[in-house]
Amino acid sequence: MQPVLEVKNVTVRFGGVTAVDNASLTINRGDLIGFVGPNGAGKTTLMRVITGIVKPQEGEVLLEGRSLLGMSINQRIRAGLALAQQIVQPLRAMTLLENVALACGAAKTSNPLVAMRSFDRSAENQRAMELLTRVGLKDAAHSEPSKLPLGYLKRLEVARALALNPKLLLLDEPLAGLNQSEAQSLADLIKTLNADGLTILLIEHNLREVMRICPQVYVQELGRSLAFGPAKEIMARPDVIRAYLGGTVDA
Amino acid sequence: MAYEITLITSMAISVLFALSLNFITGFCGQISLGHAAFMGVGAYTTAAMMKAGVPFIATIPVAAVLAGCLGVLVGIASLRVRHDFLAITTMGVVFLFVGIVRQQDFLGGEIGISGIQASSFGRIGFMAFCLLLAAAFAVFSLVIKRSWMGFVFDSIADNEDVSRVLGIDVSKYKLIAFVVGTAAAGVAGSLYAQQFRFVGPDSFGFVESVSVLAMVIVGGIGSVWGVAVAAAGLSVMPLMIQFVDDYKILVYSALLFSMMRWAPDGLAGIVNRSVKRIRRRS
Repeated sequence: MQPVLEVKNVTVRFGGVTAVDNASLTINRGDLIGFVGPNGAGKTTLMRVITGIVKPQEGEVLLEGRSLLGMSINQRIRAGLALAQQIVQPLRAMTLLENVALACGAAKTSNPLVAMRSFDRSAENQRAMELLTRVGLKDAAHSEPSKLPLGYLKRLEVARALALNPKLLLLDEPLAGLNQSEAQSLADLIKTLNADGLTILLIEHNLREVMRICPQVYVQELGRSLAFGPAKEIMARPDVIRAYLGGTVDA
Repeated sequence: MAYEITLITSMAISVLFALSLNFITGFCGQISLGHAAFMGVGAYTTAAMMKAGVPFIATIPVAAVLAGCLGVLVGIASLRVRHDFLAITTMGVVFLFVGIVRQQDFLGGEIGISGIQASSFGRIGFMAFCLLLAAAFAVFSLVIKRSWMGFVFDSIADNEDVSRVLGIDVSKYKLIAFVVGTAAAGVAGSLYAQQFRFVGPDSFGFVESVSVLAMVIVGGIGSVWGVAVAAAGLSVMPLMIQFVDDYKILVYSALLFSMMRWAPDGLAGIVNRSVKRIRRRS
């Protein structure tokens, strides 16, 4: 079976600093992979290589066998990526429903000539409502984002990403900034989405939730791929523990 | 009666011109401090062509196309800059336009082009024609605002990075806004040349660019009727009140500043809020 996403030997240097060093990662259909690593491990940089904000000096990124390099962010989204960002960015002048409905209208917005001749939003509104219900935001659908707490906006990011019908959902620290019960319920949601067939790459610092919901983890340290495999096995490895707790790497 | 006709014609041209900027700045969130340059391209096109014997009506599409072409160029150059930087870039366009026109003998240089022929419309016919074009563009704006294109414009004006993450080709939509807005400004320029029968480099400078931006902001960025009302009002004010004519830039700037400070959503915002308040009471 063809993998959904392949990251092959990607290297990113910023000036003299190597942020990502020959990293590789393969994601198969239906996977839920926890992407962990200490601060400065290059997690965000690798994520940005996948979304197209950062260009790698070396390496290849393939989505269902198709190279993503050279494509702009919006082209990658159209190709099947979706991103829920770490720093929530709702469209502030719109309600939650409108935020999601806009993403649902991808078929209409891809061609401006179609967009200017399309007026009906009922199908998109209906689908947006379904998605908001799914992430538990039904009651807030007609509220404006500025009046809502962070936990709601994190869920909005997820709903908007789902609206794009992605082949791969990238979640960048969705649990950051949430309290324990909020984090737990959002993690449960992520697990449910995966159980329903969505392929997810979850970058997350909250190890406890990652270990709870992710069958597999990918660990990166100092820009290098350190380990990739079943979560329990990997997190028991001495080199992984050392990467997290600090200390020198023995020969 | 002749005076009223002149007044209404000027008003209609201003409304069209302000709505054309509203399409770029109001709908798509791209500020422009050089919009008069595009009106200038339209005005000079009509002036030069009519001098060569081409009938007025035939010059309008050419004016729109030339202004729109310059709009594409400026739009492409502006794709990489945002906010304040976009304001500076577009300001550069108007200075460039005036600087270049001044040096061209075939455009009359410093003196401009005068003695442009009257159209076959007659004065009342021309007034009706201007009103018709302004109304048509207003309707077009309202239709676009309601369409999915307007929905996308809203998102770009709100946060273009988010629009990209939602799979929207932001550059394409921005260019469309630029082309439509600048082509419409070209048509407004065409009407201007016919109205005054004279075009000169000083008519399309920075002051005019700021004036039209003032109309958009006073009316309420993005609101079609608000901008139309503000443009109509602000364009006749200097003609009716001598003081405003003498201190035009001062008055407009003061208005611009007060609106930004106390009512950033303009007349449209003030009216909308009052209506809501009254509804709540009743």
